[in-house]
Amino acid sequence: MRKALTGFASLAAAALVAASSAHAQGTVKIGVILPLSGQFADTGIQMRTGIQSYMKQYGDTVAGKKIELIIKDVGGINPPLAKRLSQELVVRDKVDILAGYVLTPNALAAGDVSKEANKFMVVMNAATSIITEKSDKMIRTSMTLPQSGDTFGTWAATKGGIKTCYTMVSDYGPGHDVEQSFIKAFAAAGGKITGSVRYPVANPDFAAFVQRAKDLNPECIFVFVPGGTQPAAIAKAFAERGIDPTKTKILGTGELTGEQSLQGMGKTALGILTAWHYDYKQDTKENKEFVRIHNELSKRNPDLFSLGGYDGMHAIYEALKKTNGNTDGTALVNAAKGLKWNSPRGPMSIDPETRDVVQTIYIRKVEMRDGEPTNVIFDKVENVKDPVKEEMKKK
Amino acid sequence: MAAPPETNIRPQQFLAAQVRWHPLEIVFWVATLAPFYFFPSYLSLASQIAIAALFALSLDLILGYAGIVSLGHAAFFGMGAYTAGLISKFGWGEPLTGLIIAAFAAGLVGYATSFIIAKFRHLTLIMLTLGIGLLLYEAANSASWLTGGADGLQGIDIWPIFNTFDYDLWGYTAYTYSLVVLFLVFVATRRLIHSPFGLSLRGIRENAVRMPAIGAPSESHIRTVYTISAVMAGLAGALIAQTTSTVSLEALSFERSADVLVMVVLGGAGRLYGGIIGSIIFLVARDQFSGINPQYWLFWIGLLLVMVVMFLPNGILGGLARLKWLQRGKP
Repeated sequence: MRKALTGFASLAAAALVAASSAHAQGTVKIGVILPLSGQFADTGIQMRTGIQSYMKQYGDTVAGKKIELIIKDVGGINPPLAKRLSQELVVRDKVDILAGYVLTPNALAAGDVSKEANKFMVVMNAATSIITEKSDKMIRTSMTLPQSGDTFGTWAATKGGIKTCYTMVSDYGPGHDVEQSFIKAFAAAGGKITGSVRYPVANPDFAAFVQRAKDLNPECIFVFVPGGTQPAAIAKAFAERGIDPTKTKILGTGELTGEQSLQGMGKTALGILTAWHYDYKQDTKENKEFVRIHNELSKRNPDLFSLGGYDGMHAIYEALKKTNGNTDGTALVNAAKGLKWNSPRGPMSIDPETRDVVQTIYIRKVEMRDGEPTNVIFDKVENVKDPVKEEMKKK
Repeated sequence: MAAPPETNIRPQQFLAAQVRWHPLEIVFWVATLAPFYFFPSYLSLASQIAIAALFALSLDLILGYAGIVSLGHAAFFGMGAYTAGLISKFGWGEPLTGLIIAAFAAGLVGYATSFIIAKFRHLTLIMLTLGIGLLLYEAANSASWLTGGADGLQGIDIWPIFNTFDYDLWGYTAYTYSLVVLFLVFVATRRLIHSPFGLSLRGIRENAVRMPAIGAPSESHIRTVYTISAVMAGLAGALIAQTTSTVSLEALSFERSADVLVMVVLGGAGRLYGGIIGSIIFLVARDQFSGINPQYWLFWIGLLLVMVVMFLPNGILGGLARLKWLQRGKP
């Protein structure tokens, strides 16, 4: 057995050598892992369109090399599969860069591959803080949930002038993250949390939870729900229980008032406040172009997943330009550190220390514009880094 | 393989004839070494197939032999995976002992639930297993301080096997490890199936009420086989945790229970190689179809399943066996 294993090992080494010499000179292969089937399919499809939008706008050649995408479906939250697909992209398809990753557990699993194989990896959505710590060849071009929760907590207690708040979140990882970061920042800035509640992720009945919040009569209610049908359901529960967003402030993250959520909520959405980095109606020159191309490709408006893909491609293109087409993991990540550009969301950059995204968080209020509820920006906090990693640095 | 009952042979002879290794079986196990030489870039897939095959074998043992239909078998898979992950997180990353501890933990849960399982049959049983699976899933989700919740367990650190073989990117170690465990468990299962105990299991499958009349206690037999099956599922779960260094709620999910059921049905329930062949076909088909079309590959998997169930009601192996039987029937 031992002898046989040594045999395999030498075979592996031989195959590796063969692989690197067979590497084509003129192309850069990007392995993209997305959920394209199952309940998260829509996020993956939007991200793919975002990636394709960038390539349509700026062409598929950079630094004299042709960009080739190899897209794989991970079918939902499935870390062993995400890891295997990433491994196979490296050893079988010989990709130079790993990208995509909508879901946190998948991104965490793939981080090991990026580290072991020394491959540049671009996380285009997955929003849990710790992900980028998994590999020092990794950057992120989307957001981290605490960026929004923490910023909003501080803003609410200071500029927002809110003294007491009640929190309601979905009972799973992202919900816990947002809840903790909001509560911490809100309390640190002098606010008081009057109560917190967590409801189940799948098909909760919001009425009882909303009633409990109403009984405590707080100045504001902080809400987190995953996108989909839940924003409309919770807005309806607020309306039915007589909570008026213009009197009791309802705060939330961007999922609450995304394009589809607002359509489902209609007038019940008016007055809701959110802290987020992007909306497809964002008024920047870059965004107008992005929305146009995105619509050309898929007849749909971009969302945060599309944006993560689009900006991820920008980071890859710019890093490749800097390295002159060299695809070594270390070279690429060093080139990506400190990149600054005007994204459709506004100014953003890659933190040279943490390799995470630094961006403006916009404070927005839902108002009627041109006959439809719209996220209207009325304040912003610039250069927001990931608060969790900032905290870790201090310790 | 289920042979038609032959006349005038003594029970011991019948069992002995079953135990003998068929040349095709030897060919099959030699063929499992092929990926090392011919498809080295498919080794991590091969490793996950071997693990899925082990999991399918464990379900086949209760489904195909004892007639216990389970829609919550991932409970034990996940139990094994989380146990293996957690002990490595808390400082003991030695894989082989980890594997055994994980299997023991899964077996314990299996034994505890077997008392309920043994009392019921048919639809009630399906609902019960489904319920137990969902309970464990939610328990793991809400105990996020321990399991990491929706983000998955972090900080898994598995030591190299025998302190020598580390898990490489290509999957040489992972596949060798998974294959060895699969083979050992398979040999044990094969022995079990062809023992008087295995024979009485098949009797229970056909008629659980009558079996006690010939001196085979149905309930205690079901409890035993259910526990054994849980141990095997725990081994599979521990293997996936150790070879990929990841554990998440997906290990306990309904999808995993459903997928393994599909594999067993595809290959042919009640046949030792059914689950193994089923998992090979399911995962290779998945890999190939999703490579061709990442968005709509599920359609082809569904079509394959419908075709198999319609035209080969006993699975692919059942179909092959029938073919052989037809040939023999010719003059």
